[in-house]
Amino acid sequence: MAVALILLLVAIGSVLFHIYSPWWWTPIATNWAYIDHTINITFWITGFVFVAVIAFMAYCVFRFRHREGRRADYNPENKRLEWWLSVGTGIGVAAMLAPGLVVWHQFVTVPADATEIEVMGQQWQWSFRLPGKDGQLGTSDVRNIASDNPMGLNRDDRHAQDDVVIESGDLHLQVGKPVKVLLRSVDVLHDFYVPEFRAKMDMVPGMVTYFWITPIRTGTFDVLCAELCGTAHYQMRAKVIVDEEREYHAWLEQQKTFAELSPAKAVVKTTYQSGSK
Amino acid sequence: MVDVPYEGIPGIPPAEVPDVELYHPRSWWTRYVFSQDAKVIAIQYSLTATAIGLVALVLSWLMRLQLGFPGTFSFIDANQYLQFITMHGMIMVIYLLTALFLGGFGNYLIPLMVGARDMVFPYVNMLSYWIYLLAVLVLASTFFVPGGPTGAGWTLYPPQAILSGTPGQDWGILLMLASLILFIIGFTMGGLNYVVTVLQARTRGMTLMRLPLTVWGIFTATVMALLAFPALFVASVMLLFDRLLGTSFFMPALLEMGTLSKHGGGSPLLFQHLFWFFGHPEVYIVALPAFGIVSDLISTHARKNIFGYRMMVWAIVAIGALSFIVWAHHMYVSGMFPQFGYFFATTTLIIAIPTAIKVYNWVLTLWRGDIHLTVPMLFALGFIVTFVNGGLTGLFLGNVVVDVPLSDTMFVVAHFHMVMGVAPIMVVLGAIYHWYPKVTGRMLNEAMGKFHFWVTFLGAYLIFFPMHYLGLLGVPRRYFELLDTTFIPSSAHSLNAFISVVALIVGFSQMVFLFNLVWSLFKGEASGGNPWRATTLEWQTPETPPAHGNWGKELPVVYRWAYDYSVPGAAEDFIPQNQPPRATQLVQGAAS
Repeated sequence: MAVALILLLVAIGSVLFHIYSPWWWTPIATNWAYIDHTINITFWITGFVFVAVIAFMAYCVFRFRHREGRRADYNPENKRLEWWLSVGTGIGVAAMLAPGLVVWHQFVTVPADATEIEVMGQQWQWSFRLPGKDGQLGTSDVRNIASDNPMGLNRDDRHAQDDVVIESGDLHLQVGKPVKVLLRSVDVLHDFYVPEFRAKMDMVPGMVTYFWITPIRTGTFDVLCAELCGTAHYQMRAKVIVDEEREYHAWLEQQKTFAELSPAKAVVKTTYQSGSK
Repeated sequence: MVDVPYEGIPGIPPAEVPDVELYHPRSWWTRYVFSQDAKVIAIQYSLTATAIGLVALVLSWLMRLQLGFPGTFSFIDANQYLQFITMHGMIMVIYLLTALFLGGFGNYLIPLMVGARDMVFPYVNMLSYWIYLLAVLVLASTFFVPGGPTGAGWTLYPPQAILSGTPGQDWGILLMLASLILFIIGFTMGGLNYVVTVLQARTRGMTLMRLPLTVWGIFTATVMALLAFPALFVASVMLLFDRLLGTSFFMPALLEMGTLSKHGGGSPLLFQHLFWFFGHPEVYIVALPAFGIVSDLISTHARKNIFGYRMMVWAIVAIGALSFIVWAHHMYVSGMFPQFGYFFATTTLIIAIPTAIKVYNWVLTLWRGDIHLTVPMLFALGFIVTFVNGGLTGLFLGNVVVDVPLSDTMFVVAHFHMVMGVAPIMVVLGAIYHWYPKVTGRMLNEAMGKFHFWVTFLGAYLIFFPMHYLGLLGVPRRYFELLDTTFIPSSAHSLNAFISVVALIVGFSQMVFLFNLVWSLFKGEASGGNPWRATTLEWQTPETPPAHGNWGKELPVVYRWAYDYSVPGAAEDFIPQNQPPRATQLVQGAAS
């Protein structure tokens, strides 16, 4: 009796907690509301199944608990019931999977007009890079990294010269403009994580990963690292600021390009270094 | 026992497999220490796993102290925190749960349940335990070496795991990998034994479709482990080479603390694929024995046959097979080839179907049963609640795009603790209350058992259910401190403190259980051979605890499936598997 009641209370309590909990996802700041919708569908379906199973179990514990002289039924199987339950489960699973796959298709299909920007992770800080006037990011290599070339850009690549390099500062994005965020790491795994963006992806040394977003509202958002990267993992922070067009361009004009940041003598020095190898 | 005179059944002659004199113990040492008796080995496995499990429990308290009350405990720093989470995870998944289910329950129950005298290779079985013990000692030694244990996270992802910037990169990671390699060698010796024993040493009449589901669960899990652990073995060896010999299996050109390292050309993702090719089946290596055992607990204590036995067997086999093609759902945000998402999300959600069938059949077994709310039954009910909860949140994380915002948050931590932490441990505890009388001849104290159950079940639920919502909010996992953020409200910190307090209470309630284990050994009520009036063979041994060789002079002969409870017309509400049918008794189980 008490056991059945407690089981039922666990189910009801879970639903009430879900409804009244003050802990819920952050207000979304990108186009990925589809992801939130898919989570909601999943909550409805799984919530229904959870309550149904626990309530049925609680009823059985109450109704069929042992009393003097009680004897259980002998009921090895029921093919029809088992098939119906399997088919019903299959339908529920499909109802979650289908929208999920549709949204995943959008997630991995980058729009042609998306601007490429780059985020680079290293223990334990973030650097950012925006394409310059030519609209293209230059090539880079971890072997090029030096104190005057923190992101390891390729000096022989003309596309790299006008790239905007932000070594220790915040990233600004323009609201309403789709961006393809290219992700790179120079040491260990990191993960560029902004809760309000919903999208995230690991950064893996030796390869370039990506996701794309369209910011839909202005604001200042925390950047965290979501893939364990050593002792100061929890301190690896930055900010992303989503601006209106005018503010964005005002900010952009103040930023320095790669050519401005590393003076010409550094170029000579690097040439000398690579020549001496 | 039903009072039936034994009439030899034509077609099944009495068993004539003789007891083998060869390896009977001749001294105290070979009886209790270097024993080749699977039952002694099972107890050795269980005690060792419990001992190292207690270390993992203490580590969980330390990490909860830090998470609940950041800045309060000056003796915990960021490096130690990472070491605590790493060792806690590794111990719980491999050295406790895998070892306990397969080495502990597998060794004790397989020979008894299939009607064998022992495992088929008793000497190899003994070696298996001693290598496991060595693996545990190597693992424990990392707490005492310079730099301490590795803090790379239980997934040991390179490049981080072997570079400076991660605690334990000198000695800790080397010993961890060595310990894993030892564990896999030891497990393989035991695992081959379990598989061959189930296939070759079943007594007469024990067809595969008469096996108790416990045996099906452990058997399938063992086959899976034999196929999955080699991937971890290979990954460990390669990582060891990268660290010791300077090879670059997993290491691209990169900076180590700002300096260009000598590595180049390797792939960090390769390690992740190898790790999860082992790691996902590993989840089911823990879950399938739990599925099997809980089926038997529910059936026995509800005095009713398990509903849909054949479907249950096929569901176990289907889950085991499918679990080998879902591994990359742990890698949706790893940067792997994005089109993999479609395939792995589909296979992952398909697994939900056989898993759901198992859940339906457990609750349908309760329907029109005669439910005795014994301590094992309570734990079985607790298992269903936590497993259904944790299984359903798996549908969030398996559905590729839903995983994107939730991965690497506390939602994941809550999910896997519910589904492969709390739920299997509910089964472990229920199973200990259930089989303790067979192992010791005494019952565990029921009052202490019920107290232990309610604190553990409700406490664990209070810890892990709200934790999902921290993840939904965006709180990342593996964080020493959350520091200042704009999106985490102070109420989330209060919730963290609450979770920590409950975790300490649940942790301490396990001491009541340990006390009960010791106290009942001396003061427990005598149980007799079959206190739960169960049908399976282990309860029908001539002696309790069973002697070496299990069955005395003659092996039992099996005449029916494992679930003849409350058969209409039978005098008692259970008919043991080795009881011959009477001429007058015409009722047959559909599956018998």
